[in-house]
Amino acid sequence: MSFNARSAWSIYTRELMRFLRTAFQSVLSPVLTTSLYFIVFGAAIGGRMPDLGGVDYAAFIIPGLLMLTLLGETTSNSSFGIYMPRFTGTIYELLSAPVGVAETLVGFVGAAATKSLILAAIILTTAMLFVDYTIVHPFWALLYIMLVASAFSLFGFILGIWADNFEKLGIIPMLILTPLTFLGGTFYSIDMLPSPWDKIALANPIVYLVNGLRWTFYGQSDVSIGVSLGLTLGFLAVCVAIIAYIFRTGWRLRA
Amino acid sequence: MTAILEISGLTKRYASGLVALDDVDLTINKGEIFALLGPNGAGKTTLIGAVCGLVRPTAGIMRAFGHDMATDWRRARARIGLVPQELSTDMFEPVERAVAYSRGLFGLAPNPAHIEQVLRSLSLWEKRKDRIMTLSGGMKRRVLIAKALAHEPDLLFLDEPTAGVDVELRRDMWRLIGAMRERGVTIILTTHYIEEAEEMADRVGIIRKGRILMVDDKAAMMKRLGRTEAVITLAQPLAELPAALAALTVSLENGGTSICYRGGDGTGKGKAEVAELTKALVRAGIDYTGIDIHDSSLEDIFVDLVEEQEVEGAA
Repeated sequence: MSFNARSAWSIYTRELMRFLRTAFQSVLSPVLTTSLYFIVFGAAIGGRMPDLGGVDYAAFIIPGLLMLTLLGETTSNSSFGIYMPRFTGTIYELLSAPVGVAETLVGFVGAAATKSLILAAIILTTAMLFVDYTIVHPFWALLYIMLVASAFSLFGFILGIWADNFEKLGIIPMLILTPLTFLGGTFYSIDMLPSPWDKIALANPIVYLVNGLRWTFYGQSDVSIGVSLGLTLGFLAVCVAIIAYIFRTGWRLRA
Repeated sequence: MTAILEISGLTKRYASGLVALDDVDLTINKGEIFALLGPNGAGKTTLIGAVCGLVRPTAGIMRAFGHDMATDWRRARARIGLVPQELSTDMFEPVERAVAYSRGLFGLAPNPAHIEQVLRSLSLWEKRKDRIMTLSGGMKRRVLIAKALAHEPDLLFLDEPTAGVDVELRRDMWRLIGAMRERGVTIILTTHYIEEAEEMADRVGIIRKGRILMVDDKAAMMKRLGRTEAVITLAQPLAELPAALAALTVSLENGGTSICYRGGDGTGKGKAEVAELTKALVRAGIDYTGIDIHDSSLEDIFVDLVEEQEVEGAA
């Protein structure tokens, strides 16, 4: 199988240009949201909360807040990126070009993941304005953020192909991802939940993502980093397999 | 003649049971302009879609430039351009960037000189910095053509290129298509305007209900199926045709007040016979007050063919 790097680069740069067209909104929105979370949960409520595992509460919520924005924005960006050409009909150009699944994924998913990394950097910078924190494993943190961003870009890509209207496009991030992230230990440790909710919470896959990132930040989490990493890689592999199937069969892409 | 696109047994059956293409065989030769004519829903766009990768065929073999489009689609598609029927493009992009993107998508290195040449040839150069959404419908269609030409295709599909454009722009478009052919681009176009096919095409294919009814040189088709019809209005009614006209395919009509000629072909034979008819009338001392003569157009041939098939289908 050949790979056309120029085709992939064209898609990638075009998608990033689309991001830059709305740069003001794209940057301001996460800055504002993160600031509000820190004001409400960090300053107002956090002051009354005990340290969790030796980590100040305001610092404790940083990985969860980062994951909250990362999952929502990555999924939305990626799904929108492929849905809009389908909606406007410009997908014809992609389908009639000598472009395969690899170029398409590198272009669309790579751009969505890049946007997410930019957002992550903005959120972490904003967090510094409100709380002192140190990342214990910065390399692993970067790697894990990249992994999660890639996995959810792929997931968003599937969503953008599955959706046949704008309502469906928004329903998964709004009604599934956001609630699961809120319930996934963003603002608390699973240990703080009464039984049996502490066990039930482990059925929420987002718990493993939030705690995986928390481990890279503070070296401690409610679940094993190995399990978090394994689940994220597994999710990524499943998404790749589904996308390969979509391209092989042309489902919702070719008539 | 070198065949650059060979389609054999192409069939597209949708899950609903609708057969959009039914065992289509078609060969396109290098350098020609081929017009695909057919009523709405005949399968024209589906056929283009199948070649360009937008539609998954149910059966059949397609080869472009010698490459099997099922297995070697990358090399085949790299040389094919498509201008869709719908005005589908990213409306927020400036013209120049949108066209450059199309070139990159096909895996080619940036070539500003080529992009400039394409934009100038389409009178888009002055608009290159404008967002596509600010252009008129006709200019947007030009942008789609520019995008399709950005990767220098050898085979270009134009799906209803002049649909919804005014007469002046349609003439411009015809000139443009002629210029592309001059550069060696093979062109396949679908159109509802049969006048368009008559004006430009070297060969014509007629498709209906997913089946190709006929493919032929435009001139040969006109010769084979073209007719001349002439109505000569007589100064005085006749009771019967004079014996001198017996050799011609004429009839006395409208209560003997007119003589109708129907015959000839698309090569001018009919006109010559009408001239002979008028001479014979003068020789026979029959006066006439008017002549109305009409050569059948490609449109007449197309309508006759499609109606004929409908009658056969109903029988």
